[in-house]
Amino acid sequence: MSGKGFVISREDWSLHRKGEIDRERHMEKVREAIKKNLADIVSEESIIMHDGHKVVKVPIRSLDEFHFRFDYGKQKHVGQGDGKSKKGDVIFTDPQQGKGQGKGAGEEPGIDYYEAEVTIDELADMIFEDLGLPNLEQKKKPELASESVEFKDVRKKGITSNIDRKRTIIEAIKRNALKGKPGLHGITPEDLRFKTWEKTYKFESNAVVLAMMDTSGSMGVFEKYIARSFFFWMVRFLRTKYNNVQIVFLAHHTEARETTEEEFFTKGTSGGTRCSSVYKLALDVIEKRYSPQDYNIYAFHFSDGDNLVSDNELCIKLINELLKVCNMVGYGEIEGAYYYTSTLKTAYKRINSPKFTSVTIKDKSGVYPALKKFFSQAPDQAVN
Amino acid sequence: MNPKDELKILEESLEKITAKAREFGLDFYDMYFEICPADIIYTFGAYGMPTRYSHWTFGKYYHKMKTQYDYNLGRIYEMVINSNPCYAFLLEGNSLIQNKLVMAHVLAHSDFFKNNAYFKNTQRDMVESMAAAAERFRKYEFEYGRDRVESFIDAAISIQEHIEPRTLVKKGEETRKNRLKGKKQACHFERPETPYDDLWNIEKAQKCVCNNCKEAKKFPPEPEKDIMLFIIQNSKELEDWQRDIMSVIRQEMLYFWPQMETKIMNEGWASYWHLRIMREIDLDESETIEFAKMHSGIIQTSRTRINPYTLGLKIFEDIEKRWDDPTPEEKEKYGRPGGEGREKIFEVRATENDISFLRNYLTKELVEELDLYLYKKIGHEWKIVDKDWEAVRDSLVSSLTNCGHPYITVQDGDFNKRGELYLKHNYEGTELDVYYVEKTIPYLYTLWGRPVHLETVLDNKSILFSYNGEKGSKKFI
Repeated sequence: MSGKGFVISREDWSLHRKGEIDRERHMEKVREAIKKNLADIVSEESIIMHDGHKVVKVPIRSLDEFHFRFDYGKQKHVGQGDGKSKKGDVIFTDPQQGKGQGKGAGEEPGIDYYEAEVTIDELADMIFEDLGLPNLEQKKKPELASESVEFKDVRKKGITSNIDRKRTIIEAIKRNALKGKPGLHGITPEDLRFKTWEKTYKFESNAVVLAMMDTSGSMGVFEKYIARSFFFWMVRFLRTKYNNVQIVFLAHHTEARETTEEEFFTKGTSGGTRCSSVYKLALDVIEKRYSPQDYNIYAFHFSDGDNLVSDNELCIKLINELLKVCNMVGYGEIEGAYYYTSTLKTAYKRINSPKFTSVTIKDKSGVYPALKKFFSQAPDQAVN
Repeated sequence: MNPKDELKILEESLEKITAKAREFGLDFYDMYFEICPADIIYTFGAYGMPTRYSHWTFGKYYHKMKTQYDYNLGRIYEMVINSNPCYAFLLEGNSLIQNKLVMAHVLAHSDFFKNNAYFKNTQRDMVESMAAAAERFRKYEFEYGRDRVESFIDAAISIQEHIEPRTLVKKGEETRKNRLKGKKQACHFERPETPYDDLWNIEKAQKCVCNNCKEAKKFPPEPEKDIMLFIIQNSKELEDWQRDIMSVIRQEMLYFWPQMETKIMNEGWASYWHLRIMREIDLDESETIEFAKMHSGIIQTSRTRINPYTLGLKIFEDIEKRWDDPTPEEKEKYGRPGGEGREKIFEVRATENDISFLRNYLTKELVEELDLYLYKKIGHEWKIVDKDWEAVRDSLVSSLTNCGHPYITVQDGDFNKRGELYLKHNYEGTELDVYYVEKTIPYLYTLWGRPVHLETVLDNKSILFSYNGEKGSKKFI
């Protein structure tokens, strides 16, 4: 230290990577935590209802640093006003469920759990990792193959219009550097690089999801939300497998009809339930619009199982018919606030087809296991 | 500007600033300033120290701080370390005037570290000892596996605040004797200690029912606040490397504790002095504006929390004013002659911590001038519930007690006579976060190796949280 009592210096810090390394470890833990909590995250409202934002916030409690602490919500805290504050002033309102958190960062009291930001695509990759498509049948009619051209190779000979300028220049620089005269001067024919294409065949494949749901009085907001989460991921998953995935919404009580997505998830009707009606409609739709020869058909039906007993036999018959034309048929029974001794699920035990799956969902976290069950690749049913 | 010239100009300014600071009477360590790029400053900020051990939680803070910086939401200009010589890191890209302010600010921090009583026992060579510890932790990772070391650190840091920073306070023996003195009858088991006492223990079949005995056999004899130390010394579960990790974490917490308990004073002191020093230094017009802008950013207030810079600064200025220019009442009542302002604030910076600072010097007038209030959650809304100055002051003081952490002690290290650990929260009106309690107790089990219990109060009833290695439970007692 000089006599002045101080030193100022500037070192080279480029090798100091500790923060980055630990940050990477933290991100790794975030991903692990997301994977472990997929069941809860899958039906996270901010994702299913996401308004086109690519990035969603996922609360990850397991990355909190737990220690003994006071209950923030039960404590009094000190704040500072602008001189005009008075007793009874509201300084902050907790965000209600479902609404976005509008306030600027650092202003909200009490929100202290860790929220990781992930893109829906990243999340989808993790969710779909364990899912597969069983019962893939070769469609009788070969899939439409369209020829397409992809530039994926670089060669030394080619058409002048396809010169890869960047690579050519790099070659020239390299050659000059080797000669001991670094810099860009004099491009020779050996430096030239050309982009070259390959012919590939793209297979057009189509899939259609027949989303069927009981909208009778006994199906409440919760039941519909479960169905919505399930279809959300189902469609997304099928999109990774097929070029074109369509979804048809069929709602029913005692009668079935085709609806818009909006109506499907929001409107309810009262009255009894006759599930056979929707299966009939489904068969009808398939026959008229989605020939099984051209389409991979996935039918899934959500209900609370409270079906007219006299209708059950017919349902089984129709499901068996659906199984003939569909790749897969699924039935999801949602156990809501009321408990029914289900008739339908018991009846469906008699259906014996590897293409049929039935699942019971009790709460939000049941959606992910249901997806996994429906899209599991059981070894004895492996492709082909 | 070329970096060499920049350094030269900085050096010239620093010379003026240090001279000015000394003239004002600031007494700081030799200073070592280092200019660092943002990611390095933010790394130091997240770790609290450049050489600290590696752990994902630091990565989490770093990520948060760095993201805020990248999005231009927040910026730290400097980072200063309590060491001798005192290290301070300046953000590369600070303008000259920003650096001047930061340097003046940092000199006052250094003065505070050197002269405040609560820092007397801090290890001033912590930079080196943290580096050595980090190196050992790395070795443990090689030897025992990264995941094992990491999850052990997870467990150890979950109780890192539970230390006893008042190492000089004698405790235990005296209070125990006093309590025993009060008892009238000596128990039949209580006899003078002899070297052969352990012989009697062999046949200790019959149980003693009197209370005195139980008291005497207690382990620890007195409730122990330093849970970290108690576990390090008494856990049968820990291996040497694990004890080392816990001791390091405890030492580091002891080192950081004085900074936590003087945050308001320390930042207030530094802000007070950067203002005074900068006023004495020649600034041109644009520099003056930039300086004013930066200073007002520093003292910006928030409706939901206290800004320690502002509060500390205001209190110091108020003390100076009241001792320079006392009211007739103060003159008469306290015999304050006036003109002692500077002297008084130097005394305050040497002897107080935040709690005593607020208790002694946060006045009615200040609470009103600063428009401080108490707010609380009512339903979905956070509402102002009190503006009474004493209520505000007392609430602030109690929120700073034990640096804002619950006061928890080891009551029994051999609970149920099965070596179980029994902790008790000294409930003072604020309940614990139940979810966090239930998540923290398993960590204690990892450290102690036997079932762990925590007694606290919920809804005015005593409740016992337990964890036996497999599952947690709670019951009202």
